[in-house]
Amino acid sequence: MRYFFAFLLGLALLSLTVFGIAGRRGTDFRKPPLEIFDDMVRQDKLRPQVPNAFFNDGRSSQPHVAGTIAQRIGNVNNDTWQASAKNTGIKPGSTNWVETIPVPVTTALLARGRERYNISCLPCHGASADGNGITKKIGAMAVVANLHDQRIAKLPDGELFQVISQGRNLMQGYGANIDVNDRWAIVAYLRALQRARLATLEEVPAADRASLK
Amino acid sequence: MSDIFPKWTNKLPAMVIAGGLLVGGVVTAGVTYYLTPKYARVGYTPVQPVAFSHAIHADQLGLDCRYCHNGVEKSWYSNVPAASTCMNCHNQVLKDDPRLALVRESAATGKPVPWVQIHKTPDYVYFNHSVHVNRGVSCVHCHGPVNKMDEVRHSQSLGMAFCLECHRDPAAKIRPNDQVYNLDWQAPEGFAQKEGAKLVKDWNVHPGESCSVCHR
Repeated sequence: MRYFFAFLLGLALLSLTVFGIAGRRGTDFRKPPLEIFDDMVRQDKLRPQVPNAFFNDGRSSQPHVAGTIAQRIGNVNNDTWQASAKNTGIKPGSTNWVETIPVPVTTALLARGRERYNISCLPCHGASADGNGITKKIGAMAVVANLHDQRIAKLPDGELFQVISQGRNLMQGYGANIDVNDRWAIVAYLRALQRARLATLEEVPAADRASLK
Repeated sequence: MSDIFPKWTNKLPAMVIAGGLLVGGVVTAGVTYYLTPKYARVGYTPVQPVAFSHAIHADQLGLDCRYCHNGVEKSWYSNVPAASTCMNCHNQVLKDDPRLALVRESAATGKPVPWVQIHKTPDYVYFNHSVHVNRGVSCVHCHGPVNKMDEVRHSQSLGMAFCLECHRDPAAKIRPNDQVYNLDWQAPEGFAQKEGAKLVKDWNVHPGESCSVCHR
């Protein structure tokens, strides 16, 4: 019987030791999680944006080979390389900006534009495009353009598209982050914001006028 | 001559059975408690090469998740932003700060910032980000309140039981599409039963519980 109690004591001590070392669930730790028998869990296949020794530069996601373009992106033909008005904001065969948005402007496009504007433009240019975004408020940016400025409001749509795509002055281009269609949607939404700023009281529906005073 | 089997051996079978049961019980309890992502992964907070704070960028400055993770709506994986995305602001903000040296180097040379991946499902799990975020499943469900984290911490197990909980009852977690990236959104009382159930019906959400939904 003595041995049995000794065994029980041993078991209890062992459990306590394991618990003492391993600790409770959900405690913070720095070291990578332990993976036992991981040959199926971590397979020899390429996963995006992880280190991989197969390529010389150690990246699994490879940049395009210089001078090449993707023919398809997913299941969609990639035509974003074509020098069309839609892709460049320039009239083909000329150096002139397209004056108006070369895609159909619909309510859906405007809604999409608002969403995209609020994601990518709002942090600096502000919700109403007056240049009072958060970066201006905290003094992080020296200059943020007020998009209601005459010089900007008078730019042709194609040039606005080009500024979004390639950037201008201190602003870097967003071509890599925002799709061609979404860039035109943003141009459309920006035009709506600019138009709204110039509206007169007479243009507001009679029923809503009282709420503005 | 002494007894071959002294008297105490009468109790031996009972002790062996009791001891076996106890050892079995303790081992089972230990395995159940420890050999699961709830223990192995939850709480993982690696030191990142650049001390990027989601709390500052997403919460204080109010950046949308998609400003940086701009592929999440179109792709099966949510991309880590290119260093050029960081430089959109940091070409002016903290322009020469040594903490951002790796980011500047990456933007200039293309050498990746060696971020440490925190959320990692097994390679035989095919989780698709876009299909979830486009149908009312918020970032916060799987990643926790990232917008409040200075250092990202693995906060949910992401084990199979975790996935199935939602796949068996999507209405309980689904939210309007315009609140997916609002990590602070709380469903109003009774939302799941009425609006949630309606979203599941309208969007034709059939999460599926068979193996091949996630494994192939």
